[in-house]
Amino acid sequence: MSSTVVILLVGSFVAASCALVGSFLVLRRLALLGDAISHAVLPGIVVAFLLTGSRAPLPMVLGAGCLGVFTVFLVEVLNRSRRLQEDASIGVVFPALFSVGVILVSSLAAQVDLDTDCVLYGDIAYAPSDVLDVGGVPIGPKALWTTGAALVVDALLVLLLYKELKVVSFDPALASSIGFSPVLVHYLLMAAVSLTVVASFESVGSILVVGMLVVPPATAYLLTERLGVMLLLAVAIGVGSSAAGYAFARWYECSIGGAMAAAAGLAFVASALASPRHGLLARYLKHRRLGARLAGHLVLLHLSGRAAEGERRGLGPRDLEARFRWGRVRTARVLGRLEAQGLIEPAAAGLRITPAGERAVEQAGTAALADRR
Amino acid sequence: MGISYTLENVLLGSSLLGVVAGVVGCFALLRRQSLLGDALAHAALPGVCLAFLLAGSKESLYLLAGAMATGIAGALFVLLVVRWTRVKEDAAIGIVLSVFFAVGIVLLTRIQRLPGGNQSGLDRYLFGQAATIVEEDLMVMAILGGAVLLVVALVYKELKLLCFDRAFGASLGFSMRGLEVLLTCLLVAVVVVGLQTVGVILMVAALITPAAAARQWTDRLGAMVLLAGVLGGASGAIGTILSATAPKLPPGPTIVLVSSAVLVASLLFAPRRGMLWAWLEERALRSRIRRENLLKDLYRVGERERAWDRFVPRPALMGLRGQGALEIERSAGHLVAAGLAERSGDALRLTAAGLAEAAQVVRKHRLWELYLARRLELPTDHVHRDAEAMEHALSEEAVDGIEELLGFPKEDPHGRLIPARRRP
Repeated sequence: MSSTVVILLVGSFVAASCALVGSFLVLRRLALLGDAISHAVLPGIVVAFLLTGSRAPLPMVLGAGCLGVFTVFLVEVLNRSRRLQEDASIGVVFPALFSVGVILVSSLAAQVDLDTDCVLYGDIAYAPSDVLDVGGVPIGPKALWTTGAALVVDALLVLLLYKELKVVSFDPALASSIGFSPVLVHYLLMAAVSLTVVASFESVGSILVVGMLVVPPATAYLLTERLGVMLLLAVAIGVGSSAAGYAFARWYECSIGGAMAAAAGLAFVASALASPRHGLLARYLKHRRLGARLAGHLVLLHLSGRAAEGERRGLGPRDLEARFRWGRVRTARVLGRLEAQGLIEPAAAGLRITPAGERAVEQAGTAALADRR
Repeated sequence: MGISYTLENVLLGSSLLGVVAGVVGCFALLRRQSLLGDALAHAALPGVCLAFLLAGSKESLYLLAGAMATGIAGALFVLLVVRWTRVKEDAAIGIVLSVFFAVGIVLLTRIQRLPGGNQSGLDRYLFGQAATIVEEDLMVMAILGGAVLLVVALVYKELKLLCFDRAFGASLGFSMRGLEVLLTCLLVAVVVVGLQTVGVILMVAALITPAAAARQWTDRLGAMVLLAGVLGGASGAIGTILSATAPKLPPGPTIVLVSSAVLVASLLFAPRRGMLWAWLEERALRSRIRRENLLKDLYRVGERERAWDRFVPRPALMGLRGQGALEIERSAGHLVAAGLAERSGDALRLTAAGLAEAAQVVRKHRLWELYLARRLELPTDHVHRDAEAMEHALSEEAVDGIEELLGFPKEDPHGRLIPARRRP
């Protein structure tokens, strides 16, 4: 397998598994717990390293998995003791654990083949050369196996517990009333997050993990209302970002992991701007459309009122400008649109409302009344 | 002078950061924005790198200005995302944190691959490299830190309103949004002060941990802010000294661990709020409940046998509420020591003082039962369990009040005598 393929596969596995569990973190507003876990697993990894003296994946996964669940537990204990709020609990727990890890790494640097750089932004570039041996037989790059395994576990979790995770995410009260424990599901999810973080950690570093946990799901969240679609979109966005990031890093000669997370950030900005329903652009256009409709109604209402008072010669654009203080350009635009729709027509002294316009006013009035009711 | 020139700089730098971060962190903590500081710190990294790329020098003034620019951009991004999209604050913070940091890493690794880039030493901003602080850095930090403290002192009252009663503050005519922006700028300034000592990754601990520790000791904002400044400054100094004495102890993480230790001690030992105090109080309460239950049991055995001067054997007591011998022995020891009971072998009887004490417990129990039965009209077979709990909580004054309310009754709902008021 060429190294490009290996890196792309590892990046995609990481992106996909992070997107699956990260979607639930984002929905449950636990995004920062993912961040905390991804930092706090470091001492677990180092200790596993020291105890076994090797970079075998299983002890590392176990060590880091313990630390991940421990972090969640500690945050919850502090939070529930009412001595600290949740955000502060997260903010004090993970830097402390991460510091322990950094100190372990730097004071044992001679024995440990880890450095703080690789902890932070990993080195997916080395993924192809770090080959896993089973009984002396090389069976392919280690990162491929660990991240692939994490993806399988996460996919199984989401497939098997889809309904449960859905209910817990959107309605925890309903979850406990129909007889399964939200706490159990919560800890299962957290264990899955820890596992994913650990599996991805060594090859891509903690920052890419955080980025992939939060950014693609948040991007997908802007694009859809359905959980299933959100999961699939998040996976696609994650995989796409990692491919794009890799291409960029090759060209710019920089950290691959960093470029992948930055690409995901770009995807977020794009969908925040251009999402068909929730994007800023769509909201701006809708706002303008509503504004234009309102302006049209106001003009019709005014003209209709004047007609009822016996004004037959119509009103000039100047009168309307003075009445609504819209400025010449906007007034002309509003009037032009109404005339094109046949709701107003030219009259002796300017414009007057047509019968169709009167009907529109009447309809808008009934609609408003119905709304109020 | 016993300390070297370098250590003196480092010590000053990290204590300064500790004080400033502790003070500003209090407001972030109280506004539940602890993790915004984390995002802002991470967002400073691309600024450092960009400034290096643009200015081509590692003059700390440029780098810190760059850090400040992208820090503010990160804060703005969080604000915009929360205000204009459906993405919630936690995810917005996570996005800024990871994406800005990732861009920083991209630039950093790029710089390292430039000719001579390896010597730029920009990666010291990740975890801080306090040893590289020189006098000019210190000047920048001191001016910035002093400005932050001055601003906090000037708008202290307004910040207090922002933390505790926004609506009231707005009604007084203060711009709460403006204050929010100001507080965010203060956070960014603190991050910039701390870049060289603790670095971007552990910055959040410098902000939040001393504030969280100070919160345990007091309920007053002024005291909390001062204490957080002191704890932060002390952690910075102690951490620096520790890391200078041990060969491979990096200062940033060491400072964080010292302040974390301070936090753990505060969580455990702070008076009233501390977990140790809560645990001791609960233990004392449980022990009192057990003693009062034993007194009451002895009283009721005597009542049944119409004689309180006989010794009651332990097995008979064990049968009453299914307690073990050890449990009874422990409470009995307390009673004997207090002169409320006396022993003969494993049997126990009340002294005169003990009888008076026991009568009071029984009195509370029976009056409460009667109150529930008469006033709340609960069925008489439902009132016992509630009275079991209330007898330990009611004061004697309250019970006297209930007795008066019920018209000085003689018997409880089960027809047993209610003991009389304690004689003065």
